Amino acid sequence: MSRFIEEPLLFEKDRPGRLGVCLCTKEVPTADAEALLGDLLRPEPPARLPELSEVDVVRHFTRLSLMNYAVDYGLYPLGSCTMKYNPKLNEDVSRFEGLAGLHPMQDDASAQGALEILHTLERALCAVSGMDVCTLQPSAGAQGEFTGMQLIRAYHEDRGDARQVVLIPDSAHGTNPATSHMAGYRVEEIRSGPDGCVDLSSLKARMAPDVAAIMLTVPNTLGIFEKQIDEICRILHEKGGQVYVDGANLNALMGITRPGDWGADVMHINLHKTFSTPHGGGGPGAGPVACKAHLEPFLPKPVLVRAKDGFRWDWDRPKSIGKVHAFYGNFLILVRALCYIETMGGEGLKRASQMAVLNANYLRARLGEHLPLGFDGPTLHEVVFCDKGLPGGITTMDLAKRLIDYGFHPPTVYFPLIVHGALMVEPTETEPVEEMDRFVEAVKAILDEARRDAEFVKRAPHEAFRRRLDEVAAARSPVLTYRPEGG
Amino acid sequence: MRYLPQSPEDLRLMLSAAGVSQVEDLFASIPEPLRLKAPLDMPTALPECDLRERFVTRSSRNHSLTCRPGFLGAGAYNHFVPSPVGHLLSRSEFYTAYTPYQPELAQGTLQAIFEFQTMMADLCGTDVCNASLYDGASAAAEAALLAARVHKGRKVLVARSLHPAYREVIRTYLKHLDLDVGEVPYGPDGRIDLSSLAGAGVEEACCLLVGQPNFFGVVEDFETVSASLPAGPKRPLLVGVVCEALALALIRPPGAAGADVVCGEARSFGLPLGYGGPNLGFLAARKAHMRQMPGRLVGETRDADGRRGFVLTLTTREQHIRREKATSNICTNQGLCMLAAVIYLSLMGRRNLRELALRNLSKAEHLKARLAERGIRPLFSGPTFNEFAVGLKVAPSRANAEALKVHIVGGLDLSVHYPDLSNGYLLCATEQTPKEASEKLVDVLGGLS
Repeated sequence: MSRFIEEPLLFEKDRPGRLGVCLCTKEVPTADAEALLGDLLRPEPPARLPELSEVDVVRHFTRLSLMNYAVDYGLYPLGSCTMKYNPKLNEDVSRFEGLAGLHPMQDDASAQGALEILHTLERALCAVSGMDVCTLQPSAGAQGEFTGMQLIRAYHEDRGDARQVVLIPDSAHGTNPATSHMAGYRVEEIRSGPDGCVDLSSLKARMAPDVAAIMLTVPNTLGIFEKQIDEICRILHEKGGQVYVDGANLNALMGITRPGDWGADVMHINLHKTFSTPHGGGGPGAGPVACKAHLEPFLPKPVLVRAKDGFRWDWDRPKSIGKVHAFYGNFLILVRALCYIETMGGEGLKRASQMAVLNANYLRARLGEHLPLGFDGPTLHEVVFCDKGLPGGITTMDLAKRLIDYGFHPPTVYFPLIVHGALMVEPTETEPVEEMDRFVEAVKAILDEARRDAEFVKRAPHEAFRRRLDEVAAARSPVLTYRPEGG
Repeated sequence: MRYLPQSPEDLRLMLSAAGVSQVEDLFASIPEPLRLKAPLDMPTALPECDLRERFVTRSSRNHSLTCRPGFLGAGAYNHFVPSPVGHLLSRSEFYTAYTPYQPELAQGTLQAIFEFQTMMADLCGTDVCNASLYDGASAAAEAALLAARVHKGRKVLVARSLHPAYREVIRTYLKHLDLDVGEVPYGPDGRIDLSSLAGAGVEEACCLLVGQPNFFGVVEDFETVSASLPAGPKRPLLVGVVCEALALALIRPPGAAGADVVCGEARSFGLPLGYGGPNLGFLAARKAHMRQMPGRLVGETRDADGRRGFVLTLTTREQHIRREKATSNICTNQGLCMLAAVIYLSLMGRRNLRELALRNLSKAEHLKARLAERGIRPLFSGPTFNEFAVGLKVAPSRANAEALKVHIVGGLDLSVHYPDLSNGYLLCATEQTPKEASEKLVDVLGGLS
């Protein structure tokens, strides 16, 4: 029996007359919608909502689920994505009625449990980051970056200091330049040196009073710790600049070293990476921002304060950058992150970072027997290989697609951009050694296959639900919604 | 540590493979002076049973709308979520997966997004819809940014009746982009005052954002709004901002009534209130704006064997390809919330969703009529959906204090956001609002003078 069943689109399964839900009992007479709304009434019900039974719907989505790969199935070594295990207790707790059923406009007195959770999480994130204060409002990493850059901008403007430029290393995630642009800054790229770190002399040469900030991912996307980070902070601060740390790779550092102690001014933290909340097939995540006291007046409002009689939201924030979320952020994700932190404790978090780095270095050593490194220096939680000398003319993409047949999700490919044909591997601390061994064996087997029959590897995957999909055709004439045959 | 699998034997083996004698050696690249000397200042670890208990306690210190019925809406609507939604969302294959960058391993997520895009485009009356944004507020801001990319106008006009938090988020997003934000007042019917458009600078505007229904629950007349905009190349994009997506099942969708972009919040489709998050932002538009849309889009294609499949598409709009020239910096969005919505909508179907919307309207109309009998009348004359504003004879804070005494959560004090609406009170009734609670509220409010 095949693992996969071809599953039509919902619209193709539509059977008018079937019911998936019985609405609750009617308590009041039905209003005369036509009289009330007249021309504003929708003429027809939305045609594209199918009519299906509850069983139809459950089968449909269960079958779709079987077409996915997931952390709970096996190694998901996407570099810079930190695909660690998502604890089940977190999921249960986030569904408690007293948390899931809370309305955001309730008065603070009736939400003290929720506010205590948020306060405790803020303090924990400050402890890990070495920062003074924290906002939990941003919905994901990119919105955290945006919030952080707005804080920097507000800080400079408050001092009457108009600055226009943000410096970003060439190894950075695409969100960094995109964010700086949204905050109204001009982006200048700074080259990495041969060791994969920021080239200090070119930074010094460029640093001037028009530079508002530098955005740095530490460790960077090569897995390399920016060893002169304190010096970088000094160079920026000397000329009045601020240091933004992208916390995407914080999983390497918990309890070991802290951005706040290096001299960094502000950072975001991806709770869906380092703090184990699920990626959900693309969110929801959460991207809290932690910063030093001098940026505190500008934090998004409201700010959570602890008073004698309990917690409350402080809306009176005249210097605030405003709001980035309709309410207080992705609350139920924040709940999961605190649950993880309280499961691990301070020592446990440090242990998690240590094991993440050990796992990555184990994989580096073992895979390094078969693949060339992108950069030589020591790496922490992830390691980047390049495509030099791949046998039989196969590409990084071919290797990645063939890994699917061996039962693995491929690593991040073709990123960072400064490594040719990059394969970026991050196992995280939750992977057992035998799963990593299985991965190494798979890579080795594929390279052997490529030496014997490269064409076979180039056509991979062979055993997935779908063979290689034509992304070029999809973009050339986009079909973004269902159209019935002949319709 | 139950999430860490390294046994003592594993550790020996791995350290030796990595060529070090102890784990600490792997951190040699971090300069000594930068190392943290003290342990992290945070509580010690708790076992599962104790921690669960701690969260039970925290949870019980809140009064949710489930244990105490209420009349709050204002952008977060209390709707029933059928059981299959939670069960299907709990499948590891969905919630422990990443963004579907490797389509051969993510056809489940990709097909669900394609289905979501199709249903939402139909609900909004547009050609296309994206795969989600963070929430309705940031979706409205992204809509303004889209308009600024395709239109020469440097002014973003926002109806003052748009959700106050949405207006704040829009201002935060646009603050440093050389765009002017202007507001258009509302008239006595609670709708946008079209006679103020010219004075607000509509000739220089790249877009006009109008809530549907708006913050007062009033249903706007988009066709008339659309007809009032300047014609030709100066015509700004008309953006319908939907805070309560359920309304789309009953009212004429903005996309079919002149709006170029429809965006907003679809939490009502299968997500809990969750103290305001996570949410489900979305942005739908005419095909002409497809290549300027923010966020992920899924398209249909074929695999090497000619079978139908789905992929992320038009990715040259996105930050990981285009960097600072991207249409938005968004990366992680609200994938699992999108999945909740598509499951919810397929359970409801076209008839039930419309019937549910009708029942919401009926609940609100019933409450409105009962209040009118006690002399508490709507503030505005425009038609409403499941939410409406009334004028109280006393301060809303006093009304809410009285309501709490009979264990109900009252409505929203409008004067906090609209100082001109002193004693304005916003009330919402959904299928989850018991009739008995409505009667209690009517008695409380009717008894105050």
